[in-house]
Amino acid sequence: MCMLPTNDKLNYVIGGQVDFSARPLLPFDGKVRAFLSLLSARLIADAATRTMPDVMSFAWWCRKSNIERLAKTYDDGALRIGRGLAFHVTPTNMPVNFAFSWAFSLLSGNANVVRLPNRDFPQIPFIVRHIADLLNEGSFTEVRDMNAFVTYGREEEITEALSAIADVRIVWGGDATIRTIRKAPLPTRGVDVGFADRYSFCMLGATKILNLDQADLVRLGAHFFNDAYIMDQNACSSPRLVVWHGSDSEGEQAGDRFWGAVRMEVERRYELAAVSSVDKFAQACRDAIELDCLTGLKHEDNRIYRLRLNAIFADIDSRRCNSGYFYEYTTTNLDDIAPIVTNKFQTLTYFGLPREELASFVQRNRLSGIDRIVPVGEAMDIGLIWDGYDLIRTLSRVCDVR
Amino acid sequence: MQTYATPVIEEMLGTPPFALEAEAKNALYARTLSDLTLHHYERSREYRRVSRLVGYKPQTELQVEDIPYIPVRLFKEFELISVDRREVIKTMTSSGTSGQAVSRIYLDRITATNQTKVLVKIVSSFIGGKRLPLLIVDSPTVIRDRALFSARGAGILGFSMLGHDVTYMLDENYQIDFARLDTFLEKHQGNRILLFGFTFIVWEYLCQALRRSGRQLKIDGILIHGGGWKKLASLAVDNATFKKVVDETCGVSSVYNYYGMVEQTGSIFMECSQGVLHASIYSDIIVRDPITFSALGPGSTGLLQLVSLLPTSYPGHSILTEDIGEVLGVDDCPCGRKGKYFCVQGRVKNAEVRGCSDVYASH
Repeated sequence: MCMLPTNDKLNYVIGGQVDFSARPLLPFDGKVRAFLSLLSARLIADAATRTMPDVMSFAWWCRKSNIERLAKTYDDGALRIGRGLAFHVTPTNMPVNFAFSWAFSLLSGNANVVRLPNRDFPQIPFIVRHIADLLNEGSFTEVRDMNAFVTYGREEEITEALSAIADVRIVWGGDATIRTIRKAPLPTRGVDVGFADRYSFCMLGATKILNLDQADLVRLGAHFFNDAYIMDQNACSSPRLVVWHGSDSEGEQAGDRFWGAVRMEVERRYELAAVSSVDKFAQACRDAIELDCLTGLKHEDNRIYRLRLNAIFADIDSRRCNSGYFYEYTTTNLDDIAPIVTNKFQTLTYFGLPREELASFVQRNRLSGIDRIVPVGEAMDIGLIWDGYDLIRTLSRVCDVR
Repeated sequence: MQTYATPVIEEMLGTPPFALEAEAKNALYARTLSDLTLHHYERSREYRRVSRLVGYKPQTELQVEDIPYIPVRLFKEFELISVDRREVIKTMTSSGTSGQAVSRIYLDRITATNQTKVLVKIVSSFIGGKRLPLLIVDSPTVIRDRALFSARGAGILGFSMLGHDVTYMLDENYQIDFARLDTFLEKHQGNRILLFGFTFIVWEYLCQALRRSGRQLKIDGILIHGGGWKKLASLAVDNATFKKVVDETCGVSSVYNYYGMVEQTGSIFMECSQGVLHASIYSDIIVRDPITFSALGPGSTGLLQLVSLLPTSYPGHSILTEDIGEVLGVDDCPCGRKGKYFCVQGRVKNAEVRGCSDVYASH
């Protein structure tokens, strides 16, 4: 039994009753699995989910067969148990991220207090309502008693009170947020998991793309669109730099083909805000003024900006622009990129290059960054392995039995 | 190169400021702006790099639409200057709130002089050539620091050229100084009065203050105001309401709004009796499609690019603003003025930021 804090400014959307229980379960506990699979089914059955692709991908992720599959990969014979109470601070701008954060932690065996984003995304009350309905039906009292969803403003004392009782604190939402939240101390055994600002890029094999048939090219363009444009190139895993593997002329020709395919998707599915046009143009001007390695800007209109570089430079990850703004660099030697990879680098999406080669690139260069190497199209697929953490193993403890 | 523009502006000062029809203006602008662009290209490293980025080729004569433009926010981030630092006689800054970056505009003698001359030309064509007693709807504190001009201070000093017996209406605490005002009005009884102020200041510290005080003024005057509608739009006050309330509280029925930026001081756009803004012979306006940046004709809404012949000491002759507007027509406004006339619909909206950025950044 554990008392959750009370405060005028702390609003319990779900849970918070006196009989809250922070007693952990084993990872992939049967009750949790049953709960998530039923939640998945309810969400998928709700017609409104079809209008919210991000809700659909959450529902799809926690469907029964996927969770069963994941459970098997953790079946290593070790005795694992949740750490206790997890306090989640979820990002303002990613409407469904709170649900993933909560599900990962719940599957790890933890009780949860989830701070919801203070934003009017329809996805949030929608998912929350489905969770609440299920919890209140009476078949899941154990799960019910170990989960609370809250909202509050910037009150530090609430963050402090929740941190003080947390065995794990999971903070999404960038460097500044993490720094702010970390001012509140955790118990001495508490574990802090921070999802900081990250940088992601893409590597493409020029020859492969030059030889692609039209249908595959179109598919590739659509996949890249999903990685880059769905979240307005503003997610941690959205590519901001495209590295072409090939000669300059191959890179050039493959680039025109590739971007032509991306363009078809962009014209069909992306609405560029006027303010983003100005942002992109201003960033291009800044780059022109400050970067000697910028050889030119390729663009047919403001929806895709390609900033061509003839050299790669160290702090490229600090030059940020969204809404379809890409640096491009062509090389015959991928190891050129190694010196600029810092621990800020998260996702490497690839196409037309063998993944073994990319894994070897990370390995042989002993890189401190790049936590994911996934095919183009999978940049947004969040999962139990994220940002270099194995979340089930991070959010649970091992009992060493000999 | 003893710069391009002085003789051009000198020659133009003899022409009425709204006299050029499109064909003549385009011919003048193609020639003059091509020279001016080359001038900045040769002298400002930053402008040169931006021009190259957009494919500018020096020594070619360009149409007005093809002149490279620089995003206005770059004046907040870079030192954009096209003369030797020693020739700068004043630096103007935009009036940003504390903590915000401000634009810095470097003026040499020629640019500063031309700004004043052109402002006088444009405004005189609306209010007549005779200098009128001038009431500034602001506090004198705004212009105290002469070395570092704020846009507001610069506007006040510029307009001060247009009147005599310049008198500040507000005290240091932004309260109407009724004693000073009454003396002024008594002294100039029977004369038309010119009033100048920033839109929000006029609304808040004159009109609203008068409403609260219960006093109603009966000034035989002309009000010129500018500086933007952002704050008033948030109070849901539009131009018609503004005019009505100015009339009710001050008795002033001739009210002219102007549109202009600190980056192009002097060549302001004035509102005519039809309630639309006019480009004078010293400036031009181009509406650009937000997706393609191609120039749009009358009737289409887009981002506003402002062109001015005045800036020679800094590359501000062609700037892309963050305002949305529409050209309503060319040369055929019922008020009789030639040139483009247009309306401004406001700032571009901040897009809803998606992505995993800071929880504390924006809510």
